Amino acid sequence: MLYTDIVMDHFSNPRNVGEIKDADGVGEVGNIKCGDIMKIYIKVENDVITDCKFKTFGCGSAIASSSVTTEMVMGKTIEEALELTNQDVVQQLGGLPSVKVHCSVLAEDALKVAIYNYAKKAGKEYKGLKGFEPSQLSHEH
Amino acid sequence: MKRRYLDYAATTPVKKEVLESMMPYFSEVYGNASSLHTFGQNAKEKLTESREIVANTVGAKTNEIYFTSGGSESDNWAIKSIAKLNRDKGNHIITSKIEHHAVLHTCETLEKEGFEVTYLDVDEEGYVELDVLKDAIREDTILITIMFINNEIGTIQPIKEIGAIARENNILFHTDAVQALGNVSIDVEELNIDLMSVTAHKIYGPKGIGALYVKRGVKIIPFIDGGAQERKKRAGTENIPAIVGFAKACQLAEEDLEEHVEKLSKLRDELIEKILGSIDEVKLNGPRDNRHPGNVNVAFKYIEGEALLLMLDAVGIAASSGSACTTGALEPSHVLMSIGLGHEIAHGSLRLTIGDFTEPEDIDFIVENLVRIVKTLRAMSPLYNA
Repeated sequence: MLYTDIVMDHFSNPRNVGEIKDADGVGEVGNIKCGDIMKIYIKVENDVITDCKFKTFGCGSAIASSSVTTEMVMGKTIEEALELTNQDVVQQLGGLPSVKVHCSVLAEDALKVAIYNYAKKAGKEYKGLKGFEPSQLSHEH
Repeated sequence: MKRRYLDYAATTPVKKEVLESMMPYFSEVYGNASSLHTFGQNAKEKLTESREIVANTVGAKTNEIYFTSGGSESDNWAIKSIAKLNRDKGNHIITSKIEHHAVLHTCETLEKEGFEVTYLDVDEEGYVELDVLKDAIREDTILITIMFINNEIGTIQPIKEIGAIARENNILFHTDAVQALGNVSIDVEELNIDLMSVTAHKIYGPKGIGALYVKRGVKIIPFIDGGAQERKKRAGTENIPAIVGFAKACQLAEEDLEEHVEKLSKLRDELIEKILGSIDEVKLNGPRDNRHPGNVNVAFKYIEGEALLLMLDAVGIAASSGSACTTGALEPSHVLMSIGLGHEIAHGSLRLTIGDFTEPEDIDFIVENLVRIVKTLRAMSPLYNA
């Protein structure tokens, strides 16, 4: 099989699928041309992510990357969550085939965009967001 | 878990009778067909008999059949030969946008060498339009190469008419008939074909063996220099067991053609009807009729093909998809894009190809699982608003 057991587990039984109706932050990245679109919703209380859900259009690794990311950031402070990199996602999944690594980048970016969206709305500033600009993201792979 | 194979267009299992026909030619009749002694002559006799069978299956003469390693080699050999040997006549080749990569990439290689290639658009069912073809013909056109049946969407081209147009204009006509052999009746004379590629492993024969039909009088370049095998055009000791297996597969395909087409078409139609009837926002790719008897290709909106394949595989269903993710490509299948599918639906394509070992009860199992999986993936999709 192309994927590790952990990827297959997250793909087959994805955690935290869905929308958060009254989300504090929403991030959507990717494009239809490449065949991956990832949307992450967060709920924030006292700078802590209390809920995180996702919706993803994409391949097995895109779904697994979203699922594991929602699990990894749940309960973390915003600053802690901003430290999450795509490499952490890959590691948590027990590895991804090299052609699929961009899926983990999408997950990292979708989360960052969701936090950016929250920060804008709440008028907050975070160290980890310094220099981050969603419009600069490129997901042409 | 019972595994169900729905990828016969990729390759087929070797039939028991085919395997049995091959067995004596490994360790019993193992002579080199070029040797003078009895070992060699016994092998040669079988080689000649096998070539006759393959020739008869497509209405060719024995000396018009060259054994090759398969479809890709035959395509390369045919197209490069005609291009290089007819350069004094012209520099222009016509093909279509939905050819197999063995044809498309060969044409691209020739473009780098200075040839000009016209890639014809096809209509939304995948047909090459005859008027479009006629308009593309130039004074310097030397070759038309159009596949007989499309491997992804099953469209059967009007080969006889295309061949007639080529002939009227003194242009050679090659067809990649890899998906056609064993699924439609082929007579190269009647269909105006000058060169044709076929392979064994799509008709329950072994992999690594195929043939190129070259009409008498049409010249080709030697593909491999060396010994005198294949009329000095393709050197190398013949793979007799594979050739025997190919001939047996051809013989079975010809004997069973009517029954095979009837059985497969019935299952294909049932599968298409049940999928279209039980899932919303799904499109059939390729024509409803006049398609490969075993080909079903559908596209589901809002979901991605690789995820679909993984979930099908988890319940034992082996299928394929034209999504970019399944092939590591950046773009979805060139065939699906050429028939006008948008990215959002081309990524959600699914090809299920039926064959001789598909059982009627497989159809309901596939449809039940598809309904469930499409629903699951759509529930996860940000593009879908239920």
